[in-house]
Amino acid sequence: MTRTPIVALDGITKTFPGVTALDQVTLELFPGEVTALVGENGAGKSTTVKVLTGIYRPDGGTIRIDGAPVTFRGVNDATDAGITAIHQETALFDELSVAENIFLGHAPRTRFGLIDTAATTREARRLLAEVGANIDPATRLRDLGIASRHLVAIARALSIDARVVIMDEPTAALSQKEIVELYDLVETLKAAGKAILFISHKFDEIFHVADNYVVFRDGAFVGAGRIDDVDEDALVTMMVGRAIEGVFPSRVSAPGDTVLELADYAHPTEFDGIAFTLRLGEILGFYGLVGAGRSALMQAIFGLNRPSRGTLRVDGVERRIDTPSQAVAAGIVYVPEDRGRQGAVIGLPIYHNVTLPSLARVSNAGFLKMAQEFALAREYTARLDLRAASLDQDVGTLSGGNQQKVVIAKWLATKPRVIILDEPTKGVDIGSKAAVHAFMAELAAEALAVVMVSSEIPEIVGMSDRVIVMREGRMVAELAGADITPERLVRHAAGIEERAA
Amino acid sequence: MTDATARHVPDRLSGRTVRILASWEALLLAVAIAIFVVNTFASPYFLNAWNLSDATFNFTEKAMIAFAMALLIISGEIDLSVAAIIALASTAMGYALQFDVGTVGLVFIGLAVGLACGGFNAVFVTVLGLPSIVVTIGTMSLFRGLSYIILGDGAFNGYPPSFSWFGQGYVFWVITVELVIFAALAVIYGLLLHATTFGRAVYAVGNNPTAALFSGIRVARVKFTLFLLTGLMSGVAAICLTSRLGSTRPSIASGMELEIVTMVVLGGVNILGGSGSIPGVVIAAFVMGLVTFGLGLLNVPGIVMSIFIGGLLIGVIALPRLWAMARGR
Amino acid sequence: MTRLLLTREALLAAALVLVTIAVATRFPGFVAPDNLARVFNDTSPLIILALGQAIVILTRCIDLSVAANLALTGMVVAMLNTAYPDLPIVVTLAVATGLGAVMGAFNGILVWKLSIPPIVVTLGTMTIYRGIVFLISDGAWVNAHEMSARFTGFPRAEILGLPVLSWIAILCVAVLAIVMARTPLGRSVFAVGGNPHAAVYAGIDVGRTQFLAFVISGALAGLTGYLWVARYAVAYVDIAGGFELEVVAACVIGGISIAGGIGSVTGALLGALFLGVVKNALPVVGISPFWQLAISGAAILIAVALNSRAGRARGRIILRREDTP
Repeated sequence: MTRTPIVALDGITKTFPGVTALDQVTLELFPGEVTALVGENGAGKSTTVKVLTGIYRPDGGTIRIDGAPVTFRGVNDATDAGITAIHQETALFDELSVAENIFLGHAPRTRFGLIDTAATTREARRLLAEVGANIDPATRLRDLGIASRHLVAIARALSIDARVVIMDEPTAALSQKEIVELYDLVETLKAAGKAILFISHKFDEIFHVADNYVVFRDGAFVGAGRIDDVDEDALVTMMVGRAIEGVFPSRVSAPGDTVLELADYAHPTEFDGIAFTLRLGEILGFYGLVGAGRSALMQAIFGLNRPSRGTLRVDGVERRIDTPSQAVAAGIVYVPEDRGRQGAVIGLPIYHNVTLPSLARVSNAGFLKMAQEFALAREYTARLDLRAASLDQDVGTLSGGNQQKVVIAKWLATKPRVIILDEPTKGVDIGSKAAVHAFMAELAAEALAVVMVSSEIPEIVGMSDRVIVMREGRMVAELAGADITPERLVRHAAGIEERAA
Repeated sequence: MTDATARHVPDRLSGRTVRILASWEALLLAVAIAIFVVNTFASPYFLNAWNLSDATFNFTEKAMIAFAMALLIISGEIDLSVAAIIALASTAMGYALQFDVGTVGLVFIGLAVGLACGGFNAVFVTVLGLPSIVVTIGTMSLFRGLSYIILGDGAFNGYPPSFSWFGQGYVFWVITVELVIFAALAVIYGLLLHATTFGRAVYAVGNNPTAALFSGIRVARVKFTLFLLTGLMSGVAAICLTSRLGSTRPSIASGMELEIVTMVVLGGVNILGGSGSIPGVVIAAFVMGLVTFGLGLLNVPGIVMSIFIGGLLIGVIALPRLWAMARGR
Repeated sequence: MTRLLLTREALLAAALVLVTIAVATRFPGFVAPDNLARVFNDTSPLIILALGQAIVILTRCIDLSVAANLALTGMVVAMLNTAYPDLPIVVTLAVATGLGAVMGAFNGILVWKLSIPPIVVTLGTMTIYRGIVFLISDGAWVNAHEMSARFTGFPRAEILGLPVLSWIAILCVAVLAIVMARTPLGRSVFAVGGNPHAAVYAGIDVGRTQFLAFVISGALAGLTGYLWVARYAVAYVDIAGGFELEVVAACVIGGISIAGGIGSVTGALLGALFLGVVKNALPVVGISPFWQLAISGAAILIAVALNSRAGRARGRIILRREDTP
């Protein structure tokens, strides 16, 4: 018996300048069932959500509602069709009240066309009760914590009588108790006959909550089916497209002198009790769930945050790093996670980006020397095998992978000793991913110390000599060599007890 | 990882000439030449060396500030208090007259007050982290208000004769002192923005302050310096203007800040920051000067002239977008 | 939520009351009802314009053309009145408001459809509109004796002890308070200013909302144009020169954030009243009116510094204490 999906993506393609985000993907969502959308970073999950909710219009393929083809001219069409999403980034309004957030755009009206506040409050109260939220509808949203905000978002989904609810990484930054409550909520929605698209990279959640699965890889559909018919390894293989072994460059780990030591490093709100050593020639991985505090820690080391206490030693000498320029002077550089906003200066040409931290070296008494500038840019972009039409091209026109190369090139030009990479291959295509990994191995071989913050298990397992796992701002484990297994990483990061083998 | 044959990425794709011709500055230069030609036919008094020389006063003082303002706007900030700084600097100089301060002292006072006001703005924006548009709307009222408190309804007169050299002097034939100062500043700011590491930092900050910070640029320090510069240039303009008028009133340079911003935006600087050039501002200064002078020769009242300037400001930004829309759809 | 409301607007109300009381201790006549009414009446044009400007700033825009708008509509209706002295007031009001709305719509269209930054658009229209005043009047003034009694009398007519001008200001406050709190457009304004990306996700047209904000601001400026020339019984090119800055100042002092999304009708009202009280208190206390500009400048700086501290978003707290479940 074939069941009709409420919504189906049929051969959907979406392209942006220089990149194909979705390549003829298919996806079906069935009433009363949870479908998990699985894929690495850059697989096309967020783009899929935006196509389903009418934010993006597909360049090819058809969207079907109850089997019939439809076109979404905008967000309102998708909402009218009963599709709603709880996005990763807050799509709510801090300055409006909970009730207003729930009913923005579709509030009940009085006879005169004004918003009926009494009805809005009443309905909001009812919906909040339905999702199990003990919140006063008059509360301003900015006064709520993230778990409550999610509940408001779900209440909003219910308010438009959605038939399809999309949840994009809903458990990031939720406590265990709140996650369990979310599972109950999903059951409630299922019982009400809604189709749920659940996007997550945490396998335990997927296997707990999903009925079906769909796997995307690099914007293409790879496989789908019932969750009972697969296991973790099968999913991972589909996601990654190859056996985990053999993807990463083989390395001989030969750690040298200690270059960096942190002791009792703490920050008032982001992390506490951090202590580790780093040696030249090694790759130290930092694993953890989103919100574990890894980026904050790295940014503190780089001088962007102020730690509240702790000591940092470079080559055994204690140093205070209060600004990025001091960090660079100490030989520490940071390749940030958010490439577009923190890494590359979009609007400036490639060679400007590459020389930005090294301006003193390519100038004479403050005046820039063009020949030296281009020479520096040429040297380091060639080293990273940058693919671009010319060096004076706007860095914003490059693909994600090539932008990342520019950012790394920029820092290599400062001849650092410690290079910190925060999610270095996030949103990067497979070819460039391999290039970045090979390059990291090269750096380690050249006796640089490499710190890699990553949320991708294969990457952490395949590249690191040692791994530190962080959870809620604290170090919870330090693993080395053969102890680095996906299972251990996930358990430590999520705080799950070790199950008897 | 690397190919057997090393990949060669060229430095630039298009040659220098192509890049220059296809730019905003070239378009503006064409407009300037067109206006010049029209003016020549519109009035017989136009092509007179002395008249043209007088006409330069229409833009020299504003352009001095516009250079510094251009760098500030490229960095993503704005300073609407510059005309008020002129008023305060001029008032301070006038106040000093009663102490028999000589020309050198007056110049020092003018520059010092300008710098101090710039520093005041700088603290509010970079140290307290407040948006520059409201801070400078506030200091605009504050600085001019202080001038009114000191001077009330009156005026300061009696500047020493040597002081008039700045605004009324000639260096050679019809070339005024102000024109020379303008030219010198154009060169200095041109080099500063386009040829130094500081200028590179200004562009980076304007395009993406976060990424600039993450790249080791001291963003706060750059912006602080830029506010000091606009303050200092306002001081320079105050000296020139006061010297030219020979007197100080608290209402001096009223409304000038908007003409300066117009000159900068007309010059191709993006009001949102990140791009623009000094040559563009220089040409824009000439365009505005030519329009004002030409219309003045035709006895068009000043206030009607500003309709042209307002229209020009909107037009130069709207037309390319309308063109793109017509082509795209 | 009420807690937060108490912080910003209530503090300002308290400051306002304090200043009034401070003046009253020296000159009790200041708080006499008819004096307070006079101050309110005097401040009414600023109140009306601040309401419009607040809505524009809430959507992350700015309108520097309001004073020029006021001057142009004022001149137009004054000249209209000279030509047709018996024109009913309703028609005059409609023409003024309508013309103002059209000028606002011009601003709005450039921002919406051509994406020109609002500061550039309104800098341009500011000089254009004021230049047009000169063009249509040829620099001539319209004086009191050329205006009909009906024209100048309307804003001064007293109802229940308050002039019509004050009542119009009160009406505008009431209407706009309802619009902002109870209409979809009003909530959209806050949404667009607070989180433009999310507003798109919620199906709101950001550009259209900003366009409507400019129309409202322009309409209010037009209305005030008539009220101004009628009350002062004169119309010429330079009326309300520089007034746009006072209007923005009133909004900033009233807690409207220049970054958009934060602020209220109450705030705009209080900000305008604050400036009005200060302006009227100065001559009473014996401070020369020349101090007024500096004081309002200082008030802006203090207000923006204080409001920014209060509004600083709380950082993410990753570190959980052991007792949090």
